[in-house]
Amino acid sequence: MKRVFVALLSACAALAMGGSATAATLDNVKARGALNCGANGQLPGFGMPDSQGIWTGFDVEMCRAIAAAIFNDPQKVKFVALTAKDRFTALQSGDTDVLIRNTTWTLSRDTQLGLNATAINYFDGQGFIVRKSLKLNSALELNDAAVCVQQGTTTELNLSDYFRANKMRLKSVTFATLDEALKAYDTGRCDAYTTDASQLYSVRLKLAKPEEHVVLPEIVSKEPFSAFVRHGDDQWFDIVRWTLFAMLNAEEFGITRANVDEQAKSDNPEIKRLLGSEGNFGEQLGLTKDWVIRIVKNVGNYGEVFDRTLGAGSALKITRGQNALWTKGGLQYAPPVR
Amino acid sequence: MPPATRASSTAPAVPLWRRPRTRSIVYQVLLCLAVAALAFAAIDNAVENLARAKIASGFGFWNVTAGFDISQTLISYSAQASTYGRAFWVGLLNTLLVAVLGIVLATVLGFLIGIGRLSHNYLVAKLAGGYVELIRNIPLLLQLLFWYNAVLKALPEIRDSIALPGGGYLNNRGLFVPDPQVTGGGTVALALLGGIVAAGLFRATRERLGPLGRGAPRAVITALLIVAPPLVAALLSGLTVAFELPEMGRFNIRGGLEVLPEFVALLAGLSIYTAAFIAEAVRAGLLAVPKGQTEAAYALGLRRGAALRLVIVPQAMRVIVPPLTNQYLNLTKNSSLAVAIGYPDLVQIFTGTVLNNTGQAVEVVVITMAVYLTLSLATSGLMNWYNAWITPAER
Repeated sequence: MKRVFVALLSACAALAMGGSATAATLDNVKARGALNCGANGQLPGFGMPDSQGIWTGFDVEMCRAIAAAIFNDPQKVKFVALTAKDRFTALQSGDTDVLIRNTTWTLSRDTQLGLNATAINYFDGQGFIVRKSLKLNSALELNDAAVCVQQGTTTELNLSDYFRANKMRLKSVTFATLDEALKAYDTGRCDAYTTDASQLYSVRLKLAKPEEHVVLPEIVSKEPFSAFVRHGDDQWFDIVRWTLFAMLNAEEFGITRANVDEQAKSDNPEIKRLLGSEGNFGEQLGLTKDWVIRIVKNVGNYGEVFDRTLGAGSALKITRGQNALWTKGGLQYAPPVR
Repeated sequence: MPPATRASSTAPAVPLWRRPRTRSIVYQVLLCLAVAALAFAAIDNAVENLARAKIASGFGFWNVTAGFDISQTLISYSAQASTYGRAFWVGLLNTLLVAVLGIVLATVLGFLIGIGRLSHNYLVAKLAGGYVELIRNIPLLLQLLFWYNAVLKALPEIRDSIALPGGGYLNNRGLFVPDPQVTGGGTVALALLGGIVAAGLFRATRERLGPLGRGAPRAVITALLIVAPPLVAALLSGLTVAFELPEMGRFNIRGGLEVLPEFVALLAGLSIYTAAFIAEAVRAGLLAVPKGQTEAAYALGLRRGAALRLVIVPQAMRVIVPPLTNQYLNLTKNSSLAVAIGYPDLVQIFTGTVLNNTGQAVEVVVITMAVYLTLSLATSGLMNWYNAWITPAER
């Protein structure tokens, strides 16, 4: 009896203390020896394990870049495959340190969900794919159509908005995962499938007869993808945000995996600050001076990662478009390191 | 504690704190306090952590516009005008619909198969046995996926819909049938209810009605009492039924009553799976009645049917009902597997989309758990009452 009582009391105490351990995420990650990264497990180009179980994709490389900045080892990441539905809960509860899973930055996700988007790593928008046999030229002809969509996404909400705004009637059929929604579309349960434009092309390759489907021209929403972290740890927020900015700056200055060691000897003051031979910017973040060298050497700059996972060097062949650097007519722009 | 016992046998001067009764009270009070403290600490901790992480809390989201569409709504719902609270009710009703229909179907099927397993016909008995062994040994989720894909793939695409007699359509988007638009249905329904109550009263008080009660054929009077009032009401109130026919549109079928393939797959999967367990409960119940009861019934001159109805089944029911209740509870809870096949039940809508859009995991999950708890307690309460009612008086 007494023993039970003591056990209960200590459980109480443990519970009370468990709550007060304020998370310094960087220290936790270092102590654990690995970054826990919430990723998409089903989306070619963004996040998916290959046949050997090695994770590949744009978002995956973004996680690896953070690990490279902290550990100088891009393999020190534990990927957690999350559905659209449970991605935020996994981050809120501390199961993952960062969420990089083609997730759209919205106001309510910043406020209500207790999360912070760090910076836009990919500019996307929502589109539709339909059967060619329907002979459609525009998404505005979809009145009355049944549309398959993945649950718990901004896509689901945009879909309702778009049909409402254009006074069209909608029959949406929602599924918890991308694969289920896509399979239902493929069997003819729906007339159209909708998701972010970047995904439509990779998703089309998963259909039984890809050549019988066509992507409609309309982009019906803004989908700026960002990495997310929990509220309340500004240092960690800065690390995740500046890892992306470092990769963008590296691309801007022409620093690549191949030439980063040479560039470290450069006389250009901007490159010197970026690569740590001048100033202590890495240390200000809680990292090391050579943090950008670590990132670029292990993972590459933004352009290299894009090319390898989504662009010309990948199966998807997505053009840079809005994701080109601002110097090349795109929207990707990073603040200076100084 | 030998010294204490000796002391108490000689003198009553045992100190208060050494009396077993006092001690047990103190321990129990302490235990209760500890449990309460634990619960308080857990809640306080959660609230504090949510506040620290600046995650929204409270139930304010209930009245916020939902903004997403739902494929099956039993009550009026629209993305632009309805709230998360409304979406909750839509989901709850969808869950109840599939659970209630599933319970009815599973019971009918389960009783047939359970009785079939005891049949003297070799083929029927073996078929029923095979059904039970096959179905209850395959995970329900797999069966649901099987039914969903079987339902989806076996049916033609919308443009090749099978036209049904009477203006219906069948295709891989579901079953579309004419939707009866009833006017003046309220009075008829009321009259029907009155008739049922009257029939119940008649049967309960039959013995006391004298010659009328005992002499008249019971079944005829019951049927008359149930059928006549609504017929009269329909004639008097001028009941009209107009059918809204489904029509083939550009993409989809418009109008009519729509039965989603997701719903059919979930209902079929749940009823077929649960029926296997109910069949076993029924078989166990029937076998639990001693053979002597059957023989005694025959000895009294009852025929096989009457013996089953009057002697065997009433005794078997009190063995059957408790496991049957379990199966009803299981079916209701298993309906949450709807998530896997896209049927918009409570879990899919509420702990899926609503949770994701509001981010209020604690509130949403607590509400959902409370709903399932209430449903389960209500079901088992009802079944316990039924069990007490059918249990024959025993000596």
